[in-house]
Amino acid sequence: MVQADAGAMPPSTTTTTAPKEKLTTSDGRSLKTALRQAERRRRIAAFLLVAPLLFFILTFFVFPIAQMMWRSVDNPQVVRALPNTLEALSGWDGRDLPPEEVFAALHADFVADSERPRREQAMGPLGVRLNYELSAARGAISRTARQAPNFEAPFRDAFTDAHRLWGDPALWRVIQREGRALTSAYYVAALDRQFDEFGNIELRDENRRIYISLFIRTILLSVAITFLTFLLGFPIAYYLSILPMRYANLLMICVLLPFWTSLLVRTSAWIVLLQQQGVINSTLVGLGIIGDDSRLSMIYNMTGTIVAMTHILLPFMVLPLYSVMRTIPPSYMRAAKSLGATPSTAFRRVYFPQTLPGIGAGGVLVFIISIGYYITPALVGGQSGRMISNEIARHMQQSLNWGLAAALGTMLLVGVLVLYWLYNRLVGADSLKLG
Amino acid sequence: MALPAYATTKDKIWYYTFRVICYAIFFFLMAPIMIMIPLSFNVQPYFSFTPEMLRLSPEGYSLRWYQDFLSSDSWMRSIRNSFIIGIASTALATTLGTLAALGLSRSEMPFKGAIMALLISPMIVPLIISAAGMFFFFSQINISGTYLGVILAHTALGTPFVIITVTATLVGFDHSLTRAAASLGASPSRAFFKITMPLILPGVISGALFAFITSFDEIVIVLFVAGPGQRTIPREMWSGIREDISPTILAVATLMVLLSVLLLLVIELLRRRSERLRGLSPG
Repeated sequence: MVQADAGAMPPSTTTTTAPKEKLTTSDGRSLKTALRQAERRRRIAAFLLVAPLLFFILTFFVFPIAQMMWRSVDNPQVVRALPNTLEALSGWDGRDLPPEEVFAALHADFVADSERPRREQAMGPLGVRLNYELSAARGAISRTARQAPNFEAPFRDAFTDAHRLWGDPALWRVIQREGRALTSAYYVAALDRQFDEFGNIELRDENRRIYISLFIRTILLSVAITFLTFLLGFPIAYYLSILPMRYANLLMICVLLPFWTSLLVRTSAWIVLLQQQGVINSTLVGLGIIGDDSRLSMIYNMTGTIVAMTHILLPFMVLPLYSVMRTIPPSYMRAAKSLGATPSTAFRRVYFPQTLPGIGAGGVLVFIISIGYYITPALVGGQSGRMISNEIARHMQQSLNWGLAAALGTMLLVGVLVLYWLYNRLVGADSLKLG
Repeated sequence: MALPAYATTKDKIWYYTFRVICYAIFFFLMAPIMIMIPLSFNVQPYFSFTPEMLRLSPEGYSLRWYQDFLSSDSWMRSIRNSFIIGIASTALATTLGTLAALGLSRSEMPFKGAIMALLISPMIVPLIISAAGMFFFFSQINISGTYLGVILAHTALGTPFVIITVTATLVGFDHSLTRAAASLGASPSRAFFKITMPLILPGVISGALFAFITSFDEIVIVLFVAGPGQRTIPREMWSGIREDISPTILAVATLMVLLSVLLLLVIELLRRRSERLRGLSPG
């Protein structure tokens, strides 16, 4: 560390005569300070090299994701649209319809909103937001927004005439509950729960529970895929590791070529193979094993997802396993056998434990990748092969319930980050192997 | 490893069974990719072998799907888009990633572990989550549906690969070489381009290839962030598979497999060169 700065402080000028005296550099600073300054300069230099990328990743990767996570609790719609109503509603007990002054405040809010320029109007977003909690709320808001500026007192009757939902305490309870800047409602929905009329959280009806079973299915599918990649990856990694280097490199192509081939190419390959008019079915029919009318449905269901994803993720298991197995000396197995162990005992007690780091690394990697997989389940998964990512994409693009998409995404992300942290503890992020 | 002379019958059975299992798994890995190649020459618009193809008669084969591919405007545009986005994001990712790897491999780097974990995270975070985040952020800053947006997103995804490969090359790097250059009067930048760069070049190039293939193969971000003007090859394949699946997809797939064979060869050559330079293995 010191040598690089040797030019700045030639050793000859350092006072060494009196042992009690402090060591100094030529310009009279103490050697300790000079060293510390040099160290600091080098630390800053190292940091400056990293800084551009760090800034880039923070701006274009970390910040957008943090912002997306914020959406899962952000709840500005009700507060923005109904400030007067919320104030008037603060003393309401949540049982009967609110009193007339609340409806007067509601009228004031509608009037105020209709006077805003069109782009800033808050009733549209309010309707969308309330509709997540109570279906038909959107229709109530939009119909009322057109008529409300012309309402006359008593407002309570005017509103309930305009739309029956204003006479329903349930709507008022939703407005009161969601009249805060932050909400837990998206997480409540993402966990298949809802608020009952007293504001307690309860499970949804059986037929409306989607997400918990989807999370469970995603985890089970990922476990199954991880296990299958292990089952198929272990023998070939072992076989590659005992072959002479020349042959191993040649056979390694069978692992690396799929690894390098486009994901969509591999997915379409499985469609070609597995679909009803595809290669496997046609061959089976041609050989007379199955009838033309009883072609197997192997794709657009869970089987399709599992087969295609196992194929796609297998290299991620084989490569770490192989690099660990290469380092295990074959003499250990021979020693175990010479001491009287049967081949299976030697394998179980001596060889297998040494491959555990590779199994851990490959397993966590495959599991992390498969739990957040989107493309393959979307193309070959059909209904039963859907995973949580597909549901997030659906809420992003079709139902446009971005808060719920963000809540589901945050839960998935936290799960993945915990696993990444584990993986880091296990093998270290910088030891990821690439091909 | 050949069978020893004293192998029992049981040993022999196991020896051959194990090999059969292994080759079956290799077959599972390769067959789906290989089967598309002959099917892409099918005359019929089917995904199975016709009797003519099985008889190897020339009437069963044709280049019509390749012709279809080459004469299609949307496919040609997607190739151009893929290369524009791929090359631009690779250049950015390689520059930023190499600089960062140089900093990270210095022993004085503060918070090394935490920063490394953060910079690798684009590889770990599920793509759907990155895509969702960028979808909102990019439309706020008005670069959604532009080349710039897709390029920046792909740069973020590509940098971890550059960092990993360049850091790996730097592990065996002898820092006294740059000190020697400095003591002989080279400026830091001259020492970098004359000494450091040639030595870490294999790592930089293979990192760049990884970054390129990541961008070239990426679809989730493109689905969320790109507009109709930035449809790439995977995006075109996606709608091909979803809407009207025709053997044209197989022609494209065959060409993509050829491309990956090419990339695989380049990476392998680089790996050997790097190992030779670092003296890790003979030739």
